[in-house]
Amino acid sequence: MSSQRIPGWINYAVVPLANILMAFFVSALVFVYVGVDPIDAAKVMWEGAFGYSEGWGYTLYYATGFIFTGLAVSIAFHCQLFNIGGEGQAYFAGLGVALVSLYLGDVLPFWLMMPLLIIAAGLFGAGWAFIPAYLQAKRGSHIVITTIMFNFIAASIMAYFLVEVLKPPMSMAPESAVFPVSSWIPKMHDFLGAFGYEMTATPLNLTFIFGLICAVLVWFFLWNTRWGYEIRAQGFNPSAAKYAGIDPIKITLLTMAVSGMLAGFFALNTLSGDMHQLKLNYVAGFGFTGIAVSLMGRNHPVGIVLASILFGFLYQGGAELAFEFPGIDSKIIVVLQGLIILFSGALEYMFKPSIEKLYLKATGWRADKEEAQNA
Amino acid sequence: MKGIFKIAAVSVLTVSASLALAAPKFAPAVVYDQAGKNDKSFNEAVYRNGVLRFAADFGPVVAEFEPQSETQMEQGLRRLAQKGRSPIIAIGFTFGSAVEKVAKEFPDLQFAIIDMVVDLPNVQSIVFAEHQGSFLVGALAAMASETDKVGFIGGMDIPLIRKFACGYAQGAKYVNYEVEVFENMTGTTPAAWGNPTKGAELAQAQISKGADVIFAAAGGTGIGVYQAAADAGVYAIGVDSNQNYMQPGTMLTSMLKRVGVAAYDSWKEARDGTWKGGFKVMDLTNGGVDWALDDYNSSLITADMKSWVEEIKADIKSGEIVVHDYMSTNSCEM
Repeated sequence: MSSQRIPGWINYAVVPLANILMAFFVSALVFVYVGVDPIDAAKVMWEGAFGYSEGWGYTLYYATGFIFTGLAVSIAFHCQLFNIGGEGQAYFAGLGVALVSLYLGDVLPFWLMMPLLIIAAGLFGAGWAFIPAYLQAKRGSHIVITTIMFNFIAASIMAYFLVEVLKPPMSMAPESAVFPVSSWIPKMHDFLGAFGYEMTATPLNLTFIFGLICAVLVWFFLWNTRWGYEIRAQGFNPSAAKYAGIDPIKITLLTMAVSGMLAGFFALNTLSGDMHQLKLNYVAGFGFTGIAVSLMGRNHPVGIVLASILFGFLYQGGAELAFEFPGIDSKIIVVLQGLIILFSGALEYMFKPSIEKLYLKATGWRADKEEAQNA
Repeated sequence: MKGIFKIAAVSVLTVSASLALAAPKFAPAVVYDQAGKNDKSFNEAVYRNGVLRFAADFGPVVAEFEPQSETQMEQGLRRLAQKGRSPIIAIGFTFGSAVEKVAKEFPDLQFAIIDMVVDLPNVQSIVFAEHQGSFLVGALAAMASETDKVGFIGGMDIPLIRKFACGYAQGAKYVNYEVEVFENMTGTTPAAWGNPTKGAELAQAQISKGADVIFAAAGGTGIGVYQAAADAGVYAIGVDSNQNYMQPGTMLTSMLKRVGVAAYDSWKEARDGTWKGGFKVMDLTNGGVDWALDDYNSSLITADMKSWVEEIKADIKSGEIVVHDYMSTNSCEM
């Protein structure tokens, strides 16, 4: 069975779709087991996530976060580096955003704050990824281990800053003061409202558009620039890349810095876009879920955007589920996510051979003809 | 166009309805914090003594929501409000900013928040006089102590917990000015509410310094404190709900903070049409805070101790003893 006869859309559309459907089918069984009609549950989730403009807003808001963490994981993956530190990088970037917002927000106007915030988020995220990258490149410390450990270090540093430095006196919750208004990224409903489109107030903000731009830039960077080529070359075959004159140290550092920067942009969406204050643990697992998003999206920006929307749907729809069915624990959504990750990550290739066989059978006459021609 | 007209008609209807009824439809709800309703501590007290008791008395009408993240805290409040839920009770000070935002958006609905003050006409801010309850258990600790050394272990180091510590120390010194009070906090982040291992270590450290009664105001961390006290054969004092049953024989008493009752009362007031926004203090006078005496600790509390602490309680109620509230000055003045 020659893989050349299998067109790309089988691999990039049909196989992931089959995996997701399988995950949904098994989830349906789980719902039946806990005594909820799966059709009803699916309806509630769909309605809650896409049925009305507020649902859309939340779905895309969550998706924005996943786009950044997903892109971060994918770019490292193209270099065969497994960046598990997205959580810590996004968390640490929040410190950069908070410091810039709190100390410069009153002084500088909005149009100057925006580029500064983007730079701060990117720099802090990239900086936090740079240390494990350096240790990997120069000392050979495995990036998986170091990035995991750096998540914990980031959590401790942030706890220190929140409790000792940024917490206003007499406040009890470990959170910073509210950022000055000039450092808020406009909400989508305000932005569209200015053009006459009405939309319910949701946390969705202009970072979503920045996220889409980042996805396009990542695509361009990876497949249309020299650095992108070098990253992919080193990912495919490190020794061949080195032989071809690609500096492995430079590429490792570069990849991880870009990866950390993308993870850092997560802070823009959540902090500057919605919360307007730095809170303890504000990343809330989005960095880790980014790994699943990247896996599902086949490490391609288009796939990652689609997978982000799917996970946004699961987050938002899952919250709705908890409202509509008081009996079921809202953590059921973690089960759903787990199944999707299981089928599209671990069991990624389960259906691939049979789908390919099916495709070849359906188009069998053409293959025969080709062979006849070749003969 | 038609849609706009529809919205206008609906809003006219709702406005006229709210004018006619004054109070919104009774549809109670509760939002727990991220620890969830089965946290063996604060949230669970609301669930067991509030939600379940209300369900037993009036049927299962209370809608519950457990947020999974910071974002969902505000989202959950707003969703419940959009469904016309009222009164909605938010559990814990972390909801402060979320309640403030959502209550402004829905001025016709009733909200309540525990342990925090949100100054809006449609918000009931329920705060507890923890310093009074802590004063009583501090007094009991000093009466029971033979070494004249008592300990306090707090959860997260925040003004609220220092308020417990300050009341406790005042109570102990009131009974016996010579008494020495050791004070430790478990941590500075919410993780400090659920660290029984560290709780036990802190308790052991205090015991080795001579403390023979330890009061833990530390959520789930307290479980470790009670265990360490039981292992060393010294007394411990529980917090929030009656925890006397946890280590019978060494649990001297518990400082009761009746959050579940507060939630229950707020719902009941709304049901009876007597609900009012504003400031609500749960103190010794209305039973919001108290000390616990039951079968598990009756053998540890002598008749003298009981009459003395009841006398102190009456004096606090009458105003003869004024317990300093740490949060009023942000310092502990004895």
